[in-house]
Amino acid sequence: MDLESIFARRKKGWDRLLTIRKEKPSKVNIRPLRRIRMIADDGSFKELDRDLKSGNPIDFPGYPEKLSKCMESTGHNEAIVTGVCKIKGIRTAIGVMDPEFLMGSMGTVVGQKIIRLADYAGRKKLPLIIFSASGGARMQEGLFSLMQMAGTSGAIQRFKDGGGLFISVLTNPTTGGVSASFASLGDIIIGEPGALIGFAGPRVIEQTIGQKLPEGFQRAEFLMEHGMVDMILDRKDQREVIGRILRLHKA
Amino acid sequence: MTPYERVAIARSKKRLKITDYIDKLFTEFVELKGDRLYREDPSILGGIAFFHGHPVTVIGHRKGRTTEENIRFNFGMTQPEGYRKAARLMRQAEKFNRPIITFVDTPGAYPGIEAESNGQSNAIAENLALMSTLKVPVITVITGEGGSGGALALAASDRVYMLENSVYSILSPEGFATILWKDGEKAHEAAKIMKMTAEELFELGLIDGVIREDKDLYRSLDVMLRKELSALSKLKPSALLSERLKKYTKAGRT
Repeated sequence: MDLESIFARRKKGWDRLLTIRKEKPSKVNIRPLRRIRMIADDGSFKELDRDLKSGNPIDFPGYPEKLSKCMESTGHNEAIVTGVCKIKGIRTAIGVMDPEFLMGSMGTVVGQKIIRLADYAGRKKLPLIIFSASGGARMQEGLFSLMQMAGTSGAIQRFKDGGGLFISVLTNPTTGGVSASFASLGDIIIGEPGALIGFAGPRVIEQTIGQKLPEGFQRAEFLMEHGMVDMILDRKDQREVIGRILRLHKA
Repeated sequence: MTPYERVAIARSKKRLKITDYIDKLFTEFVELKGDRLYREDPSILGGIAFFHGHPVTVIGHRKGRTTEENIRFNFGMTQPEGYRKAARLMRQAEKFNRPIITFVDTPGAYPGIEAESNGQSNAIAENLALMSTLKVPVITVITGEGGSGGALALAASDRVYMLENSVYSILSPEGFATILWKDGEKAHEAAKIMKMTAEELFELGLIDGVIREDKDLYRSLDVMLRKELSALSKLKPSALLSERLKKYTKAGRT
């Protein structure tokens, strides 16, 4: 099925997502294609590297079956969709992670797609925007997943050193190896209201320190207070503000 | 030996510490402290020293021999300030054109309220980005526990070697078992499928070599460091950088 017909079928649903109550937006996952539809100019999105699929680098028992199931239920091959689109008329490289594909975890293919997207944006002199939603590195690919933290960070750094603008949007949840790599390297970092953002998961921290965590801890607002993100943006405002940021960087 | 027995050895209090390696491999070590932003994190030890007459920067995780020491060093679990200190020392090494040698031995970055408030993710990410741009050779030896992002923050290097009884993984086998089977007691089974021992990781091509832990340990390390430093310092900075970036951007590419 082509993207446009998927969009058309889903349009009703995503309209609802644009107006989510401020207190609990974090509870509602938003899938990559809807996200792209919300931010990009109509019909402008072209997907890249759609066919990249994970192998089983550490021969993890049951992993290929798990991947197949996720592919079926989500409709794409990995936990990130990448491509190029226009936002308010400005061509932009875009990546959107899917928290419903193995918790949006980053394995080799997620890493590769981000690296390739950053390289593509660098070659084409496009701004780069990535919406993160991830539990962190993918367990089933062992240390290969950890290496993606270094790979994506290096590729993003090279892109930024070449003069490229990287906007990182942290959505619910952005934790672990994704939070501690490319997602924290935005020239501009945007958080979604109420999104859980952090290195260690709240349960791990509670177990380690043996006490309850304060209200609002590791939420996007908390990160802004501590100087870790530039702004909090509701979904309904993102297209407008991101469009303005893109225009402010247009040479 | 089972992988989990290796984990136990890697974690043992009796294991050699970064100060042992500094004493035996380098001369005239001078410790340098602080991140210049907030505070000194003693879970990372850093400084400058001579290696066969050439200045180098040495940075690594620090664990203690006694409980008291371990509390002081936070059991080798680093806070953002520690990674930022490491970053400062790496930039300084680049400025003075000194190679960098890092020693990794950490259960992982510290999971705490303050660590999160001060940007644990940001500190690790910035180190990974910085290490991809350093124009001096960087060599890492994993000596004990290579715990996840907290280890990688000092290990995104040109060469990564592991001692034969060290381990390196994306999370602890206990954590792995908890997530996979909701049972942290099954850590020994998790360790079997995680591929976290030096030999397994070498076979997968994820590290550059395994150092035997016999009576010649220090000599083997010395020989390896001399060989790798001389090879890496022959590369032009641009070649060094592109090789290093390739090492990580191609990991697992099929």
